Amino acid sequence: MLLDHPSKEKLQPSFAAVFAPGLTDPTHAAPADVVGPRGKAAIKRYNVYRNNVTAGLIDALAATYPAVQRITGVEFFRAMARFHVRATPPTSPLLFEYGRDFPAFIEGYEYAQDMPWLADTARIERAWLDAYHAADAPPLSPDVLAAVPPDRLGDIIFTVHPAACVVRSEYPAVSIFAMNRVEGQTPPLGSNAAEDALITRPDLEVAVRLLPPGGAAFLKTLIGGERLGADAATAIAETPSFDLAGNIAGMVEAGAFTTIRLGDRP
Amino acid sequence: MSAITRREDVHPARRLRFPGLPVADLAGTSFKHEHLNAILAENALAGFFEVHAENYMGAGGPPHRALERIRRDYPVSLHGVCMSIGGPEPLDRAHLARFRALVDRYEPALVSEHLAWSTHETTYFNDLLPLPYTQSTLAHVCAHIDEVQDAIGRRILIENPSTYVAFASSTMSETEFIRQIARRTGCGLLLDVNNVFVSATNHGYAALDYLSDFPLAEVGEIHLAGHAEQSDDEGERLLIDSHDGPVADAVWKLYEIVISRCGCIPTLIEWDSKIPAWPILRAEAAAAQAILDRFTSARAVGGGHAA
Repeated sequence: MLLDHPSKEKLQPSFAAVFAPGLTDPTHAAPADVVGPRGKAAIKRYNVYRNNVTAGLIDALAATYPAVQRITGVEFFRAMARFHVRATPPTSPLLFEYGRDFPAFIEGYEYAQDMPWLADTARIERAWLDAYHAADAPPLSPDVLAAVPPDRLGDIIFTVHPAACVVRSEYPAVSIFAMNRVEGQTPPLGSNAAEDALITRPDLEVAVRLLPPGGAAFLKTLIGGERLGADAATAIAETPSFDLAGNIAGMVEAGAFTTIRLGDRP
Repeated sequence: MSAITRREDVHPARRLRFPGLPVADLAGTSFKHEHLNAILAENALAGFFEVHAENYMGAGGPPHRALERIRRDYPVSLHGVCMSIGGPEPLDRAHLARFRALVDRYEPALVSEHLAWSTHETTYFNDLLPLPYTQSTLAHVCAHIDEVQDAIGRRILIENPSTYVAFASSTMSETEFIRQIARRTGCGLLLDVNNVFVSATNHGYAALDYLSDFPLAEVGEIHLAGHAEQSDDEGERLLIDSHDGPVADAVWKLYEIVISRCGCIPTLIEWDSKIPAWPILRAEAAAAQAILDRFTSARAVGGGHAA
């Protein structure tokens, strides 16, 4: 049996090793072993597989990044996605995991340089899909927070919700995302200000919210497991006008956390 | 014992109890989330629903919630599309563990996979790719099916492919290959009648010849679907297994012949792109159900089994 002689198999590449390279490389010839009925040529037939593979993976990216596709138009998007599919095909059979590198690809894509906010819009869409498939967990109740004695508030350590994620942008990416994920006319942007996103899914609906100034830095340290007292100091250092109570209330309401515990003071 | 079969490796999903609903004699459809509310509004719908396993391999969220809801009222068929059973490389153990966790969690009435491959080395191609039929590929496929059946602790149904090319290196027919698989592994078969029609047209043989040579006794589920039409290198008709429209008349004819030969088999209408409104999909399933019912009543009147 071939299975008992791996060295023998190495001498001849497997049928899959011969069939696979051309699927994502149009310059690669169709495999010689592939035929049509009665020994007919099968180039066009093999091309059905090439086309299925490439078009299917472009469709997968389009399903994950609908706002990006709406912004660029279908033709631009599919050309851009085709480059990415050929350079970086999926390594997991789970298609909802595919395209994690696509925002970085967009950032470097020659023809998208006049849309510098496009990559961050894609990052929010990627986080949206991750939140959609994340583990379910009941979000932290505001009552639990209210029950903490005032002198221990600085010791609170938050456990972040499995669906929660922060995406920071130097561009108004949250507004651009929001106006391109709904049907209808896109209104003109109100401002060019930087926007940070908080993505959550407390129950079934994914929510993308605009974080207030300083909120993203604050939340990122909270997610890192710091005590609230230490986090607040970091946030205030970055944004002197930082509204601590307002930020915490907003994040709890958004479902960014599941539980709290009280840490020891240093 | 391999790591994948250890309990603790299985995702600790919320465990719900589901009824053990029978699926024999029923027609069903692919389950699409956009149809969920329309399905829940149905009164006394008899049928079952099939899902692609990979769409439910996320940790949580709306997909699991929708499938749990459907599974409370209906039998479910778990259909894997990317185990790459037909490939020469070892199965992806992490993927097999995820598949097993879904079988454990949803207690599907039917579990199936494809005679095809989709992964080579580190690349997942997201397509059902063809394989040559040789003693060597037969050994690999059987070893893979054994591994899957061991992991999930039950029999799996393997689906005949639709193909656009053949391999000069093949040494046996597809029906012979499939018969050998069933004999060696004890697996059941999922007969996709549309695939039979598509492949027969594409390779220039008679679908009826294929069916008379197919081990029908091992068939545990039937698939019906729509196909699209292109042309091949010489401008001859080439059918594409597109799952984007109604079942063709010729496929309905073949289906009736299969049912008259081997009796009632759970039958599924696959519709995976350009998905229609629920009543259209339901009507396709009703057409299959009418054929199953006609056979059942004919058998009741005749008091015997079909030949």
